[in-house]
Amino acid sequence: MITFNSVSKRFADGTTAVDSLSLEVPDGEIAVFVGPSGCGKTTTLRMVNRMIEPTDGVIEVDGKNILKEDPAELRRRIGYVIQQIGLFPHRTIRENIGTVPGLVGWDKKRTQERVDELIEVVGLQEDSGDRYPHELSGGQQQRVGVARALAVDPPIMLMDEPFGAVDPIVRTRLQEEFLRLQQEVQKTIVFVTHDIDEAIKMGDRIALLSQGGHLEQYATPEEMLASPANEFVADFLGGERGLKQLALISVSDVDAQSGPVVTLEDTRAHASEVAGDANTDWVVVVDDARHLRGWVSIEELNGQRNVGEGNIHAFSAEVKSGDSLRTALNAMVTSRTGVAARVGEGGIYEGIVTHRLINEELSKPAQHTPD
Amino acid sequence: MDWGWVQDHLDEIQSLFFQHAQFTLLALVYGFAIAFPLALAATRWPRLYTPILGLTGILFTIPSIALFMLMMPFTGPTATTCLIALTIYTLLVLVRNTVEGLRGVPREVREAAEAMGYRRFKQLFRVELPIALPVIIAGIRIAVVTTIGLVTITALIGFGGLGALFIDGFRQAFGTPIIVGFTLSVLFAVVADVALVGAQRMLTPWARGAGGR
Ligand SMILES: Nc1ncnc2c1ncn2[C@@H]1O[C@H](COP(=O)(O)OP(=O)(O)OP(=O)(O)O)[C@@H](O)[C@H]1O
Ligand SMILES: [Mg+2]
Repeated sequence: MITFNSVSKRFADGTTAVDSLSLEVPDGEIAVFVGPSGCGKTTTLRMVNRMIEPTDGVIEVDGKNILKEDPAELRRRIGYVIQQIGLFPHRTIRENIGTVPGLVGWDKKRTQERVDELIEVVGLQEDSGDRYPHELSGGQQQRVGVARALAVDPPIMLMDEPFGAVDPIVRTRLQEEFLRLQQEVQKTIVFVTHDIDEAIKMGDRIALLSQGGHLEQYATPEEMLASPANEFVADFLGGERGLKQLALISVSDVDAQSGPVVTLEDTRAHASEVAGDANTDWVVVVDDARHLRGWVSIEELNGQRNVGEGNIHAFSAEVKSGDSLRTALNAMVTSRTGVAARVGEGGIYEGIVTHRLINEELSKPAQHTPD
Repeated sequence: MDWGWVQDHLDEIQSLFFQHAQFTLLALVYGFAIAFPLALAATRWPRLYTPILGLTGILFTIPSIALFMLMMPFTGPTATTCLIALTIYTLLVLVRNTVEGLRGVPREVREAAEAMGYRRFKQLFRVELPIALPVIIAGIRIAVVTTIGLVTITALIGFGGLGALFIDGFRQAFGTPIIVGFTLSVLFAVVADVALVGAQRMLTPWARGAGGR
């Protein structure tokens, strides 16, 4: 756990970079510091490993005031990914990753094994280990930067725009890989970015800072999107706040409605009745094992005896339980039925997602706490 | 070209060459021993850089003959006088290149080293100096070649290495020693330079193709 207690930093030239910051980063969580350029994100981060000393206030790591510790020792226990990558140009990738193990005195064999492991963990090709940093692409260099910070498996990681220097596609991939890794390693992470979408995606909590190092709001992404503390926060979150919120809720978080559902063997009359009850002009069709077959319009069933003889259309909007409501909504607006069909394992029909369901979800006060 | 003379004086030529090499080497070692701490100080306290550079610069521009004259009253016509003069001439380029080399270490690399938990001294020797090495070696190369040239002048006060051959030649109006002295000192400079380039390539394999010098 990292605790900031009324922490301020004024530089010698009078710039206030951080202004009376108080917050807590719980164990195993990612706290994202986000805000416009120059709002004090890097300064805040560097106060945690004492590369910058606060002018006021106290920072504690696991309840211990960091100013009471030896800076070099402290830093070796805290992984740091620097904003500009900062690999050592005169060392191979393997040597770069092995830096902190070397400093804390691991033997050769242990370091070797750990380096091998990390090369795999961060998704580098094995043969890049003996290259020098300048021989790698920007994306690969950032992976090395992350691997180097993870080397001695520090419980705490400070990451300053770790995926800043790559194109959006590589960035998305690195983000996803890192989130997957974090599920396993459960580090306590302070993550800095100026990109609100990255903050929403990576953060269990988001600390939104404004110019002068002022904390505007510290909340889960869901809370922040649902109820921004003030105008600044709302502005920074940008337009499409509703959509961003939906992106955080997965389809399985809401109870799907069963919807007007019939089987292949049901009669036309029955289908018509089911549709009527649901106030639609179509029905969902499943087989005996409840596999989703598609939908059929009542009109098209005219002259048919049972549903199976009708013209069954595939849903253009099929979603899985892991998809986000945003994905579902996108599917819905492009589909003739105006709903998304939700399918589970093996194509089993689970229900439909409707506009109303989404509306209700958005108007709920945020209660999703990160797990 | 009188090969007979060369044959007769082989021993002398050899010992003059060794003297030349010895002066060069010592001047560099002493020069570096003085320049290195000065450079570190100038890197640590940037305000010192301009005065240090100014002083070594002024020393560098004093004509060698004048420098000998200035030192005569103190150290007399001795090898020490020669060595002090030669050492002084190496300072400017050694200080300048060491400082520039250290300043050329990217800021983010220094910060990364600090963030990894290097202590200052170790960071200097394990991260900053290795990265500055190509620029430092470039300085040493210039210093070596300049010094080899300068040693010939020290012959004027009787400790000349290969320069003694020039003086011999001029005094006797005889070309061979001049040619031998000239050829050997040029050859020496070229070989020393090539050796340093080789050393640099060996010590800094990472600099190849990385915009390294
Ligand atoms: N050593 C320093 N001396 C004086 N002012 C500084 C120093 N370091 C940072 N600042 C100032 O403090 C403020 C915060 O800087 P900081 O680097 O923490 O911002 P940031 O949020 O990380 O910005 P960016 O997104 O551009 O990286 C800025 O106004 C900056 O100019
Ligand atoms: Mg920054």
